[in-house]
Amino acid sequence: MRVPLRWLETMVPLPEDIEALAHRLTLAGLEVTDIERTGGDWDRVVVGRVLDVRPHPDADRLRLVTVDKGGERQTVVCGASNVAAGQDIAFASEGAMLTDARTGSPRKLKKSRIRGVVSGGMVCSEAELGLSAEHEGILVLDTSRPPGTPLRDVLGDRVFVFDLTPNRADALCVLGVAREVAALTGAPLTPPQLSTPRPGPAIEGRASVEIADPDLCRRFTLALIEDVEIAPAPAWMQERLTAAGMRPINNLVDITNYVMLELGQPVHAFDYDTVRDGRIIVRRAASGETLATLDGRTRQLDPDRLVIADPGGAIALAGVMGGLETEITDSTRNVLLEVANFEPTGVRRTARTFDLLSDAARRFAWGLPAEMPEVASARVCRLLAEYAGGRVAAGMVDSWPVREPAVTIRLRRSRIPQVLGMEIPRRAVRAALDGLGFEVEEDETALTVGVPYWRRDVRVPDDLVEEVARVAGYDDLPAAPLAGAIPHHPPLPARELRERVRDLAAEAALYEAQTYSLLSDADLAAVTPPELRDTPLLKVRNPLGEARDTLRTSLRPGILRAAASNVARGARTVRLFEVGRSYHPASGSADGRPEEREQAVGLVVGAGSDRFGSPTETALDFFDAKATLEHVLAGLRISADFRPARGFGLLDGRTAEVLVEGSAVGVLGQVHPETAAVFGVGQDAFLWELDLSALLEAAPGMTEPPTAVPLPRHPSAAEDFALLVGPEALAQDLVREALGHPLVVEARVFDDYPLEDSGAPGEARGARRSLGISVRYQARNRTLNENDIAKVRRTILKRFKANHGAVVRERA
Amino acid sequence: MTVPHPDSLLSAEEVSEAIGALAGLSGERDVESWRTEHLGRKSRLVLSLRALGGLDPSRRAAAGRLLNDAKNRLGQALKAKQAELKARRTENLASLDVSLPGRPLPVGGLHPITRTERAIVAAFATMGFHVIEGPEVELEYYNFEALRIPADHPARDAMDTFYLDGPDGAAPLLLRTHTSPNQIRYMERHEPPIRLIAPGRTYRNEATDATHEWMITQTEVLAVDRGLTLAHLKGTLYEFARHLFGEDREIRFRCDYFPFVEPGVEVSISSPDGWIEILGAGMVHPEILANMGYDPEIYTGFAAGLGVERIAMLRHGIRDIRRFYENDLRFLRQF
Repeated sequence: MRVPLRWLETMVPLPEDIEALAHRLTLAGLEVTDIERTGGDWDRVVVGRVLDVRPHPDADRLRLVTVDKGGERQTVVCGASNVAAGQDIAFASEGAMLTDARTGSPRKLKKSRIRGVVSGGMVCSEAELGLSAEHEGILVLDTSRPPGTPLRDVLGDRVFVFDLTPNRADALCVLGVAREVAALTGAPLTPPQLSTPRPGPAIEGRASVEIADPDLCRRFTLALIEDVEIAPAPAWMQERLTAAGMRPINNLVDITNYVMLELGQPVHAFDYDTVRDGRIIVRRAASGETLATLDGRTRQLDPDRLVIADPGGAIALAGVMGGLETEITDSTRNVLLEVANFEPTGVRRTARTFDLLSDAARRFAWGLPAEMPEVASARVCRLLAEYAGGRVAAGMVDSWPVREPAVTIRLRRSRIPQVLGMEIPRRAVRAALDGLGFEVEEDETALTVGVPYWRRDVRVPDDLVEEVARVAGYDDLPAAPLAGAIPHHPPLPARELRERVRDLAAEAALYEAQTYSLLSDADLAAVTPPELRDTPLLKVRNPLGEARDTLRTSLRPGILRAAASNVARGARTVRLFEVGRSYHPASGSADGRPEEREQAVGLVVGAGSDRFGSPTETALDFFDAKATLEHVLAGLRISADFRPARGFGLLDGRTAEVLVEGSAVGVLGQVHPETAAVFGVGQDAFLWELDLSALLEAAPGMTEPPTAVPLPRHPSAAEDFALLVGPEALAQDLVREALGHPLVVEARVFDDYPLEDSGAPGEARGARRSLGISVRYQARNRTLNENDIAKVRRTILKRFKANHGAVVRERA
Repeated sequence: MTVPHPDSLLSAEEVSEAIGALAGLSGERDVESWRTEHLGRKSRLVLSLRALGGLDPSRRAAAGRLLNDAKNRLGQALKAKQAELKARRTENLASLDVSLPGRPLPVGGLHPITRTERAIVAAFATMGFHVIEGPEVELEYYNFEALRIPADHPARDAMDTFYLDGPDGAAPLLLRTHTSPNQIRYMERHEPPIRLIAPGRTYRNEATDATHEWMITQTEVLAVDRGLTLAHLKGTLYEFARHLFGEDREIRFRCDYFPFVEPGVEVSISSPDGWIEILGAGMVHPEILANMGYDPEIYTGFAAGLGVERIAMLRHGIRDIRRFYENDLRFLRQF
């Protein structure tokens, strides 16, 4: 909302320091986001009085004009025909920055010789002042200020631009802001003249109103103004409207807009002669009813829309927009003035449905008091009588079915420090409330406060505490430390796990990504197995676009897209992870909410790096990805099994299911090139996913502090085996087998090479190969001797052979 | 025990010879073999020394002198040799270009939003606030109605909401527009005193630009207890600002409006560049406390909602909020 200060000044004196006032208003809750200037700086342009006009000796169309520019006279050449002695004009001295009347660009006024006469100044037209394109004649000022007054003090304005909060419908007008200024500065408030003489014949019998749906219309008034003459509104009104951001049209329309901006109450003028029988019915629209609105569009109505109707049908969309049929035109003579109060919800819905959130609709939607229509109607009548020659009919049609009682609040004095944590002196409390228009009765312990009708946001004692605090200011509020017992902190294992996973993944040299929770369903389909694609997805009804219309069920699309965009930006190596939620429709949930599952995903793509960190020819592979996952799991003290598996979107033979305590908690694999291509990844990509919710279920104790095990006191012995294994054997099974013996404390793979195929380690599955397993023996209670070890060895080797078909090739 | 024959006693010549041989050695292993041969447990010298007791007393003194003399000479030579070797070990090393980079360790890192969220949580943890989390897909009741934002309340205009498609008649689901539903969910199940902090993602259906994102991370703060006041909110936020932004920060309140608090304030902190708005806050509305079954005459509370992106932007000098979700490694590596 824009409030021109010249307008505001008519109701309350403004302090010298306008910026300080804006700041004070902002602190009190009426945020001034900008202070705009209308008009120019007009440096070296002052009010001048024309003392004398004489013809130019050498040019018929030029004159010599002598001007008093404030204690000093100057004679200049002027070409305008409308200049005359006695006028107050805008006089620019040499060096002033003006607008070139022909080109519109800025130009500095220089001394010049015009037909032999030296001219060191200029009497300005509107065009030269940048006010309009008008350059035929000079601008004649209507001012009482003496010559020499800087022009910017006379023309142009400053405008407060407010961003108001929706509880303050009362402040959406000049009067409302003036009230605040008065309360904050202590200056007296002078409201505009709010009553009107009504000399015309009575309205009774010539206009009527019936409110058929009082739940949507709380009050409706009609006034009749006859014999108006459509003409331009007075200049001051046009200027104020323009500064406030409205385009002047004619006196009638301008006055209705003016009063809305002045008092905050929207008003609507019908051409009385087009309203059948002067009879207004306020009702819900019928199904299928239509209305041609002022913007020229035909609106399809339904019973959710409140309309203003006459016996012939709808003539306006209540509170939102008038109808074309009853519109004020240049030939309008008699005005039927509607000033009403509509239920905010209905107006808001209608305005949103038709995308017509006008200034008027917004005011209704924020909630206006039902007391206002009478006041605003009188104000419009007065201005129409004064500036449109209208005759106001006696009386007013006023239907106000249900009056809300006035609100009175009892505020205990002790409540103020109980909420604020500081005492506010009694006098300051009283001054704040008085200044804002509250009716206050005091006693020792409490204040009984009558709330003025325009403050519909003040309903409970704490609302009054805020009123007092915002006027007194929060600057003196002390900063008190919290005292008292600290509440119990129940553990949050899901969060602990997630944050731990983040740390571990970052330690594993992955960078954390955070991708959007909403994606396209096409992206999700690309990572969803066909048999699950029928599962309904969670779609946004009003998305920002197709690419962001579905809640993710997988973190895979996001991380793949992030990788692709990094590759596109030139990254040779991409190592990323994300931890976040995925969303799954839960048919069984009591409140219909989906299940939100914590997921983690890690991804490696691109080149490895050499001793200097330069990218190498060798690309990152399955085992680089696995290393990062193993680091995460090891950090969680979780021992996981990796089983060959098939996974949608992952390559067969290069995919493992991750099992913890027998439960599947995730997957690891090479992204299928076709899937990768969907997301723009052209290289081999390897990823893992963990379902953190499942992981927590499988290993619930992992966020508990670990219990220390006493260090072994007896020596251990180590031994390496080279095993000949068949195509189906898994290294992990042999390690687990060895560890299954109570005297084996450590078993690990130390070598792997194919005996038949060539290929890199790990790629030889499917062929016979040699697997090196290193085993460490140790007992907790004694030193193992050769015999003990031989016994364990025999057992292990027997199990290797029996359970895994692995035989010793040689003993190292 | 074998008694060494007197002839086996070491002569001075033999000792000199052995010392001469030592001088020619350069490997530590050779020197060790030399030591074993001449001074080891089974060396002639040691065996002879052990046999001294069995010798004829008339010869014992002379033999003893001879042997001890040999032992001393050999010992000294060995010591000198060992010192020489030790010195040589660090003498002839090739020198390094110490300015070459080290073998790189692979590095990863946390997202700036994660870091900032943790810093916020840690700051409040020092004051006894503990973390809770709630659902992102919410019911209208928790996101709006329980927070005094009924249907068609104009405050909803400022919180353009994503609604989920759902079956007709079912309670509509939405993506939470703020973390404030956590207040209600927690108070429904707990009694005061309460001190909680609830971080998480929130969603607004609005166009993005350098300062607006449709998905942002918020952190809710709530304290309810006997005797809490707006001054405690100020004290708490002051501590928070000190933790995140350093000493000598000031906190300023200005009146603002959120339907679920009264009074409502917008909070700015002082910075070298002037006051910076960081969050909205206020005293929990007494109606909400009453709805939760708390007596608002006894219990009061304060609540605040912080935008994590906004604080991360301030901490790290990030100019464009959209950087956070682009996941450009050149950006992520900076934190």
